[in-house]
Amino acid sequence: MLSKSAQAVKNAAHENSSKMTYTLEALPYAQDALAPHISAETLDFHYGKHHAGYVTRLNSLIASSDLKSLSIEEITAKGPTNVPAGIYNSAAQTYNHTFYWKSLAPAATRQAAPSQKLNDLIVKSFGSFDAFKTKFSDVAAGHFGSGWAWLVQDKSSGLLKIVDTHDAVSVVHDTTVKPILVCDVWEHAYYIDYRNLRPKYIESWWSLVNWQFAESNLI
Amino acid sequence: MLTRLALTTPRLTRGFAAAAATGGVSKFSLPDLSFAPGALEPFISAQIMEIHHAKHHQTYVNNLNIAIEKLEEAVHKKDAAAVLALNSAINFNYGGHVNHTIFWKNLAPQSQGGGDLQKGALQAALTKQFGSLDSFITNFNGQAAAVQGSGWGWLVYNKTTKSLEIATTSNQDPILGHRVPLLGIDVWEHAYYLQYKNVRPDYLKNIWNVVNWKDVSERYLAASQ
Ligand SMILES: [Fe+2]
Ligand SMILES: [Fe+2]
Ligand SMILES: [Fe+2]
Repeated sequence: MLSKSAQAVKNAAHENSSKMTYTLEALPYAQDALAPHISAETLDFHYGKHHAGYVTRLNSLIASSDLKSLSIEEITAKGPTNVPAGIYNSAAQTYNHTFYWKSLAPAATRQAAPSQKLNDLIVKSFGSFDAFKTKFSDVAAGHFGSGWAWLVQDKSSGLLKIVDTHDAVSVVHDTTVKPILVCDVWEHAYYIDYRNLRPKYIESWWSLVNWQFAESNLI
Repeated sequence: MLTRLALTTPRLTRGFAAAAATGGVSKFSLPDLSFAPGALEPFISAQIMEIHHAKHHQTYVNNLNIAIEKLEEAVHKKDAAAVLALNSAINFNYGGHVNHTIFWKNLAPQSQGGGDLQKGALQAALTKQFGSLDSFITNFNGQAAAVQGSGWGWLVYNKTTKSLEIATTSNQDPILGHRVPLLGIDVWEHAYYLQYKNVRPDYLKNIWNVVNWKDVSERYLAASQ
């Protein structure tokens, strides 16, 4: 027979698992760790308001939905046309932002360049590292409106390629690719630091790319 | 949104292509603001207005002129694939230019009548359609706040039904066809971020203090004639 306190713990645990709530994943570094490339003020809003807001919204929308047994990634993987728009947008934005924070690392402590293995794949896929950098920057800078620029790996060829998605749309519902890196090109990602100058922000993104995270995502 | 894009984009480009074939499209240029950038304070800061007008709008104008130059070249070479490839750049930058040009005229400092809807045809039509100005604003703000990503909230005149409607568009898609834009509110983050950060509803609540109802009324009279 359980003691009174053990029973209380068990009840609390049961309550937690039946009332599914999504939580905001912790930032993998301090809020000022990306400065001067991305300021602490930007992270304060981008992580503390925008990203947190998507989690809050998802929790409020999911309460009355039969999707609530699914993880954020599972909801996102259903794709934008198979889930009610509000739920898809907040789940996908939660997923995309978590992936974005992991795609970055403090400039001072990160591995400054891709490993030999990843670099070889970049060269095989794009011709050279510079060609990859130019192409990715062009896609990110040229995206019309809000969205995301992704480096993904094609599951059949194994090659890397660049895609952009609009607004909240993610890549995880596309079963032919695996996400490797992402750059947020919503204006809120750079407006405090760079105003209208999206290309300057993208230049900063390159100073922060987490190459170890990228490599860990390879098939 | 996808259906609308598919319908409107080729039509836009066909128009430009025809103009390009028959002697060229004139260059677009940035219109002046009819008030000082700081004149809409405290509702919209001078800094927002300066960057929005001199940087964002100017960039749409520049990229539109570049795209049209490329289009004229493609038409001249009778290169249909190249004409088609310019579709999205022209739709985006032409829309950006047209939408912002309307937006600047739709705004006025309070000292020049901003926020003041006088009794008249538009005021009567708004009341008839939405019950009251307040319920129109509540309805409009609800729809504009819900625009996913970047876009615009609009008051339009529908020439087919001869009535007022609230509409939203994505990115820089312009209002075309049987709907005439009367009032456009920019809900791209660049329109409010430096002052309102992530809180778009506060920006929407405040902007009605500087809506140039005189301009909106003139557009209504012209459209409903
Ligand atoms: Fe973001
Ligand atoms: Fe959009
Ligand atoms: Fe704008």
